[in-house]
Amino acid sequence: MIERTYKEHLCDPMTHSQLSLRKRLEILADAAKYDASCASSGTAKKNSIGGKGVGSTEGMGICHAYAPDGRCISLLKILLTNHCIFDCHYCINRKSSNVRRARFTPQEVADLTINFYKRNYIEGLFLSSGIIKSSNHTMEQMVECARILREEHDFRGYIHLKTIPEADPELIHQAGLYADRVSINVELPTREGLTRLAPDKDERQIEGALAKTKSRIIQAKDERKRFKHAPRFAPAGQSTQMIVGADAANDADIVGRASALYGNFGLRRVYYSAFSPIPDASAVLPLKRPPLMREHRLYQSDWLMRFYGYAPGEVAQATDRNGNLPLDIDPKLAWALKFRGQFPVDVNRASKEQLLRVPGLGTTAVGRILTARRHRTLRLDDVAKLTQSIAKVRPFLVALDWRPTTLTDRADLRAMLAPRQEQLELF
Amino acid sequence: MAARAPSMQNAALGSHYVVHLPAPDDFAFWRERARALIQCDVPPDRVSWVEPGGTDDLFAVGGPSRIPVADGGAAPVRVSKRFMKLARNAALHSDPERFALLYRMLWQLQSNSRAMEDKADADVRRIEELDKSVRRDSHKMHAFVRFREVETDDGEYYVAWFEPDHHIVRANAGFFMRRFANMKWSILTPRGCIHWDGEVMRESGPADRSDAPQDDPVEELWKSYYASIFNPARLKVGAMMAEMPKKYWKNMPEAELIPELIAGAQAREAGMVAAGEREARELPATLEAIGSAIHTCRDCAIADCGTRAVMGKGASGAALMIVGEQPGDQEDVQGLPFVGPAGQLLDQYLAQAGIDRSAAYVTNAVKHFKFRAKGRRRIHHSPTAKEIDTCRWWLEAERAVVKPRVVLALGASAARGLLGKTVSISKARGAAIALEDGAELWVTAHPSYLLRLEGAARDEQAALFVRDLSAVKARLSQMGA
Repeated sequence: MIERTYKEHLCDPMTHSQLSLRKRLEILADAAKYDASCASSGTAKKNSIGGKGVGSTEGMGICHAYAPDGRCISLLKILLTNHCIFDCHYCINRKSSNVRRARFTPQEVADLTINFYKRNYIEGLFLSSGIIKSSNHTMEQMVECARILREEHDFRGYIHLKTIPEADPELIHQAGLYADRVSINVELPTREGLTRLAPDKDERQIEGALAKTKSRIIQAKDERKRFKHAPRFAPAGQSTQMIVGADAANDADIVGRASALYGNFGLRRVYYSAFSPIPDASAVLPLKRPPLMREHRLYQSDWLMRFYGYAPGEVAQATDRNGNLPLDIDPKLAWALKFRGQFPVDVNRASKEQLLRVPGLGTTAVGRILTARRHRTLRLDDVAKLTQSIAKVRPFLVALDWRPTTLTDRADLRAMLAPRQEQLELF
Repeated sequence: MAARAPSMQNAALGSHYVVHLPAPDDFAFWRERARALIQCDVPPDRVSWVEPGGTDDLFAVGGPSRIPVADGGAAPVRVSKRFMKLARNAALHSDPERFALLYRMLWQLQSNSRAMEDKADADVRRIEELDKSVRRDSHKMHAFVRFREVETDDGEYYVAWFEPDHHIVRANAGFFMRRFANMKWSILTPRGCIHWDGEVMRESGPADRSDAPQDDPVEELWKSYYASIFNPARLKVGAMMAEMPKKYWKNMPEAELIPELIAGAQAREAGMVAAGEREARELPATLEAIGSAIHTCRDCAIADCGTRAVMGKGASGAALMIVGEQPGDQEDVQGLPFVGPAGQLLDQYLAQAGIDRSAAYVTNAVKHFKFRAKGRRRIHHSPTAKEIDTCRWWLEAERAVVKPRVVLALGASAARGLLGKTVSISKARGAAIALEDGAELWVTAHPSYLLRLEGAARDEQAALFVRDLSAVKARLSQMGA
C-alpha cells in the first residue's frame, strides 16, 4: 500500500479521463460522505406539470433509502471534484492527502442526477466540491451544473449547492437562483480551531458570506410578496455544518456558537458531524474519535432550542463541569435533574411551556395533552395513552390520581431513569 | 348538538343493514352511505360494512335490509374538515374494521362535535393509528418505488413493482403524476396498478411481480453510489432497519448490498483508523528513546528507500533549535545532521552571526533521505507535504524534550514541519511567529538555496540570510541565552 502511494508520487498518477464513470462516482461519493446534511424538505412547492422535465417538491422531504450507517439517502450527494488547493487538516480531500482524485464535468453530474431521479432513487442533487484552480472557477463549474439541470433538463427537483465563501458574491447569487438551498460550512466551532486546522480559511470571510446570503434570502422573499414573478432565491434557506471533536471546543461552546449562528444568519439548520477517523489523516489531529453519542446529544440540544423553548444558556446549564453534555442521558433529562424545583408539573393545569420541559414528553404528546384535557381531567392512565413511556414521565408529573410524592426528590432518580447497563452473563 | 328530527320512515325499526363497498378504497361510496344512515338515525351496532372479498356479518339476523333513504327534510350531516381528511386517509387501511370504526366515530360526532379532541378515547386513538400507518405506507411508497426503464416503440417507458401494506395505490397516483408528469410510467402492485402516458392516468387490476422488468443498467451506478456514501465508521443497523424494514428490501436494488456492507464495515473502519493509529502511541520521553525509535519508523514511504534515519544532534535544554528539511547524501552516510555542503555553509554563516552551533540542537523536519537514483548518484528529492506532516510527530517529540525557546526553520519544509501549513519564506521571514508551546519560530531560507544561486542574486540572498541569523542571535541575547 505504502509502496504504491510512493510510486504514485514519482510517476504520473492515472489521469481522471481514464477512470470510468462508475469509478469516479465511487471516489466522489466516498469523498462527500462526511457531509451530514441530506435534507430535502421545506422548499417552495413545485412540480413538473406543464414543463418538459421531471421533478417535484411538495414540502416534505423524502428519504429514498437508508444506508447501514442509519443515515438517510435523499439526495445524490457528490463532489464535483476532490482535487483541492486547500489544506484543511480534518478533511480527507486536503491538498497534502494521498487519496485518489477524480472529477466530473458539470454535464456528467447533471445527467447522473436526471438518470437517478427518473428511477425514483433521489429527491435531487447535493453538490459540493474541492477547490480547483480558484474559488471562482470552482463555483462557476458548480453553478453550471445547476444551470444545466434547471434550464436544459427543466429539472424541478431539489438542488442543494455548497457554496464557497471565497468566491465572487455574484456567483453565490447565481447559485441561490438555481438552488433550493445553499450552505456554507463554518467547519469548526471556534476561531482558534479554524486557524489551526483550516489554515486557508478565514472566519470573517465565512461569516461575511453567510450574512450576505441571509440578506439576499430576505430580499428575495420581500420581492416575491410584491411581484408575483420575482425570482426565488434559495427558498429552502441556508444551512451550515461544524465538525465536532476535531478541536478542543466543549458542548457548551458548540451550543453557544450554534445559537449565535441561528440568530445572526437566519439558518435553517446547523449540522454537526462527529469527526470520524479519515484515511490518510493529518498528523495534527487528535485521532481519538469522539463518541457518536456526542453528536446525537448535540442534535437533541439543538431540538431543545428550536422546538422546546430552551435558551442556549439553559442547555449549557445541563452540561457537566467540563462543559460537555452527559452521554448516558439526554440533555432534557439532565436539565430536569439539575432543576428539580421546577417539577413535578400538574398535567391538568401546567402551561404548554412547562409541559414541554418534562423529560419524555415530546411536542406531539404535549399537543395531545393540551387538547385532551379540555374534555376530561387526566388520570395517569390517560397520560399513559398519550405518551411513549409513562415510567419516564411519571416522576415529573401530577395527574388527578397521581403524585410522585418523594420520587422527584430521590437521590437515585438519575439511576432510575438512565438507560440500564446490561449485566453480561458468563459464557 | 340538538337531537336529530326523526326521519326514519324508510328505516325499519331494529333492522340490520349490510353495506357492500365496491372497492376497498372507495371512500366516496362509504361517505354517501354513511350520510344516509346517520340521517336515518341508524346506530353503529346495526350496520355492517363489507369490502370486496369480505364476509357478511354473521350476526345480521333476518338478512340485510335495504339502505334507508332519508327524506328531503333530514338535517345535513356535518363534520369538521380535519375529520374528513383523517377519515379519508384512515379508510385506506387494510384493517377490515375501519369502515365500522369510522361510522362509529361519525355517529359520536353528531352528538359531540369535538369528540375527536379527546385523544385518550379508544376510537379516536385507533383512527389516528390507522391514519398514521397509512401515511407511513404512502410515504414509503413515495420513497421506495424503483422504476426500471424499458425500451418501447414510443421511446423510454418506466415500470416499477411495489408491494404496499394498505390500499394506497390510487390515492398516491397524483404524487407520481406531478413528479413524473413528462415521463411514461406504470406502477404495478398486488393491490392494483396505475399507468401514466403523459396525459391520462389509467387504472388496472392487480399485477404480479413477474410482470415488471427485472433489471436496469443504471442500477449498477446506483449501487456503487449506495455503497460509497455509507460511512463504515458509524455502523447503525438498528436505525436503518427502523426506517427501511426488511420487507421492502426485495424490491430495492441497493438493498442486496446491505449484508456485505455490514460484514465489511469493521474491516473497512480498521483500515481507516490504521492511518491514525500512530496517534495513540506515547511520545518518547528522551532523546535517546527518540533516536532509537526513529529507526523502526515506517509511517511514510521514504522509510522504504533503504536510507537510515538521521537523528538530531545537540543537548536537551538547548535554547535554540535549528531545523532543516531532510538529511542529504552526506548526512545519510555519516548519520549526522548538516554535515554536507549545505551544513558547511550553514556553519560559516552561523559563525558570522555569532551563533554557537554546538550550543544549539540541530535536526531535520524529515528524518530520512528521499532521493531518486541517477546512475550512481543519489539526487535529492523534496518530501511531500504529507510526508512532512507524518514526520512532524517526531519533530514534536524532539521539541517536547529539548524545549527550545527559539526555533529557526531553514526553508519551507522545515516551516511546514513546525507550523503544519505551508508558508512563503519571503513573507514569513524577519519576524517571530509564536508557537503553541510558547517558543518563538523564526523562518529563513535553506542554506542549500544559497548554494544554487550565483552572482548578485546569491549576494542578495546571503545578506538576507545573515540578517535573519543576526535577528535570531539578538533575540537569544535578549533572552539571556
